[in-house]
Amino acid sequence: MALNTPDSDPSAFRGTSPGPRLILFVILSVALMVLDNQNQHLKEVRRFLDLMVYPLQVAVDAPARLGRWASESLSTRSSLIADNEAMRREILTQSGHLQRMAALEMENARLRALLESTAKVGDRVLIAEIMSVDMNPFRHQIIVNKGSRDGTFVGQALIDSSGVVGQITRDQIVKSEAILITDADHAVPVEIVRNQLRTIAMGTGDMDHLSLPFLPRNADVQRGDLLVTSGLGGTFPPGYPVAVVDEVLDDASQPFLKITASPTAALNRVREVLLLWPEVDTENKAMPEKAPAADDRPHDEQPQADRAAAALAGNGQAGGDRRADDGSVEDGQ
Amino acid sequence: MSRHEQRLWPVWMVLIAAVALSALPLPDMLQPVRPPLAAMTVIYWSMMWPQRFGLGSAWVVGLLLDILQGTLLGQHAIALAIIAYLTLKFHLQIRIFPLWQLTVTVFALLAIDSLIVLLIDGYAGNPLGGLARWSQVLTGAILWPIVMALMDRIREQLKSQDRTII
Repeated sequence: MALNTPDSDPSAFRGTSPGPRLILFVILSVALMVLDNQNQHLKEVRRFLDLMVYPLQVAVDAPARLGRWASESLSTRSSLIADNEAMRREILTQSGHLQRMAALEMENARLRALLESTAKVGDRVLIAEIMSVDMNPFRHQIIVNKGSRDGTFVGQALIDSSGVVGQITRDQIVKSEAILITDADHAVPVEIVRNQLRTIAMGTGDMDHLSLPFLPRNADVQRGDLLVTSGLGGTFPPGYPVAVVDEVLDDASQPFLKITASPTAALNRVREVLLLWPEVDTENKAMPEKAPAADDRPHDEQPQADRAAAALAGNGQAGGDRRADDGSVEDGQ
Repeated sequence: MSRHEQRLWPVWMVLIAAVALSALPLPDMLQPVRPPLAAMTVIYWSMMWPQRFGLGSAWVVGLLLDILQGTLLGQHAIALAIIAYLTLKFHLQIRIFPLWQLTVTVFALLAIDSLIVLLIDGYAGNPLGGLARWSQVLTGAILWPIVMALMDRIREQLKSQDRTII
């Protein structure tokens, strides 16, 4: 057995020769890719496989988690007291704002009931933690530690304390994959708070910038304008801040303005995000400008009187389970 | 056979570690120089232990990578199966190359891997990522001698137990 090369010892090879096996694997891969690309035919398979590699991700996440735990448990008494103080103050100011908010919400619901239109009854939220795991380096993707067993769904919006973060692209059992608003393939329907001018904010692949490519040269946009979600397309509930306009470039040779905006959410520093379950009635009365594609939801049918009553009562549980699980990313108009 | 299979576990440990390292969080600045460790380990083991490590194993590693990175299922699998095939086909020539020549060959193999992944991304309409893809290939080639030295040590230990390793 001195000359133990595969040529001298053909029995060492298992199975068939590499040529036909390569063809087999190529066909298998292509079949998998086609199925996976065509609207997630392999959803359940992926869920299963994902559960199997989850321990690997937990292991990769562990050092960062340990570091955070260590820095938390080693922080000094004085810094804890200072933190506590600051948080208490913040809660006080926040609840001050909230008191007015409750009154305004009631008023809004009453007015909407008078107009026989439906009210936005607030959003249900759940805090999810972002795992310190890198995914595809050419996309802006994150993994959050809440999955379909917590009720997440594809297309669900993620926000942080200062703005929209992204949306869920794959809901697995114990965790979900999400795409950030800055991913080069992502778009958010937004409106400018100052004048309700609606447009679309596209991701650029750069963590600090969004671009607004569809505004004509005579559009009224200024540096510092706040962009909030417009609610069009049905993925993001309306009214959440997205970005602040950074720069407006008016090139006379171009039909559109070249506008960049910086996201308000701290996209590359955020550790915890909020998952949103919009408890908005999605029928087009409340939002007549809604894109038609988002309206084919039979389970949202509900007697008008019921809805008005629920709106007046102001409770968030008006209609049971109504989740926009149609998975539509923005319709893009 | 089962005794041979048992000895394969250190190789699989290395492969899984390489796949896991590809998910290790790096600062954005270092992202373009993340070495494609999974592809490098696949090249090493299909070159050095072709009797036990073949297309099937490379394909499984690629599938793991696809699941972890959230890419299309089969995207990395097809790329790794193809470079494993190329390595297997030429392993007798490649193995006796001097180190610099071997490094150039690995660079070429990693570039093929990256090109296949890029083509599929382009076909599926995903963002292409620009130059970062190719700087990763370059980092892989630069780090190849170190990775090879590390894996040689593992191979030396396995060699004393299994005669099919050369």
